[in-house]
Amino acid sequence: MPQIEQLATTYASQVFWLLVCFGLVFFVVGLGLLPKVTSTVDLRDRQIADDLAAAEAARAAADAEEEAWRVTANKQRAEAQALIAAAKVGAAKATEASLAVAAAKVDETLAAAEARIGAARQAALGEIESVAVEAAQDIVSRLAGLSVSTEQAQGAVKGALANG
Amino acid sequence: MAEGKVDPVHQFTIEPLFGTDHWNIAGYNVAFTNSALWMAITAVVLMVFVAGGARRAVVPGRWQMAVEGFTGFVDNLLKSNIGESGRKYLPYIFSLFMFILFSNLLGLLPLALVGLHPFTATSHFTVTGVLAVMSFAIVLIVGFAKHGLHFFSLFVPHGTPVPMIPIIFPIELISFLVRPFSLGLRLFVAMMAGHVLLEVLSGFVISGTNAGVGIFFLAGVPSFLLMIGICALELLVAGIQAYVFALLTCVYLNDAENLH
Repeated sequence: MPQIEQLATTYASQVFWLLVCFGLVFFVVGLGLLPKVTSTVDLRDRQIADDLAAAEAARAAADAEEEAWRVTANKQRAEAQALIAAAKVGAAKATEASLAVAAAKVDETLAAAEARIGAARQAALGEIESVAVEAAQDIVSRLAGLSVSTEQAQGAVKGALANG
Repeated sequence: MAEGKVDPVHQFTIEPLFGTDHWNIAGYNVAFTNSALWMAITAVVLMVFVAGGARRAVVPGRWQMAVEGFTGFVDNLLKSNIGESGRKYLPYIFSLFMFILFSNLLGLLPLALVGLHPFTATSHFTVTGVLAVMSFAIVLIVGFAKHGLHFFSLFVPHGTPVPMIPIIFPIELISFLVRPFSLGLRLFVAMMAGHVLLEVLSGFVISGTNAGVGIFFLAGVPSFLLMIGICALELLVAGIQAYVFALLTCVYLNDAENLH
């Protein structure tokens, strides 16, 4: 095995050149180039993490916005419902009031009309009585040639009308 | 046979390319060998790969995605084993993981087709051992710097009855001290075994083909089919061993970072 046969003559050279080459690699690659690579990776990772965080924040904001919008919409809908209900109640009340007014007016007119009718009937009855009294006086004077006083005739007519 | 017999371990031979005679540091010869060449190639390829992914585009291209995939993988490994405080070990663990992975994969490239001989540096325990000792040293330094002598409580698991401590302590200590050896040897053995197996099987294919039609169909073809499967397996092993090395380093670092 050359590794053992040549050990005595080559170990110094092997160790020396390994230390030279590995040292070169360590200082140039490990300490020189590697930080550039890792810093680039770290920068990219951080950028991605930041972007994700921003996206997450934007999503949360959008959710909050939507929630707020929903709350507002619900509130406005409730307000509108209340307004409609109030308007309904108001309209019903107004209708009721105007109906009551109209009913009162109608009643009033009706009562007045009834009163007028009553008065007319009363007047008509009075007229009939006086006509009947005159007719009775006339009939009596013509048939019996008697002159009956108005009071007498009137009493007779009243009695007849009351009976009739 | 005319071609000479296939030597399955010849591929691990270290051949000095230049600097054999006068490249000395403190008396030690540091010749530039084929092993050093492939470690240098690994380092360059790795630097090019990661540099191509460090373009800092917010929307990454394919190359950047690949690099970020690796960094993310190692980052997750540290996070799941050590926690948030594991981030500071990312440069080391990433370098370690990628260096071993690229070294393993480059050693598997079929470059022999164009006349080059790929060399797997991680199939030498002189290399894996240094990496293991490095990881272990970091564990020790972090452990003692963070917890001081309290770090020794690592060797007394929670709920150990007092009379058992003199027995448990040496056992835990030994299992702790074995870590760098198991860490280094595991990678070295896995890489070497795979390459030896491929070499032996390819030797079967070559010898079987040369030995006539009968042997070709009896031994050559099945060996070749097996090689295809083993090649896929070796690609898997190359990744898994790099992962295991990095994972175990993370686990050991977790001991040092969080005690228990």
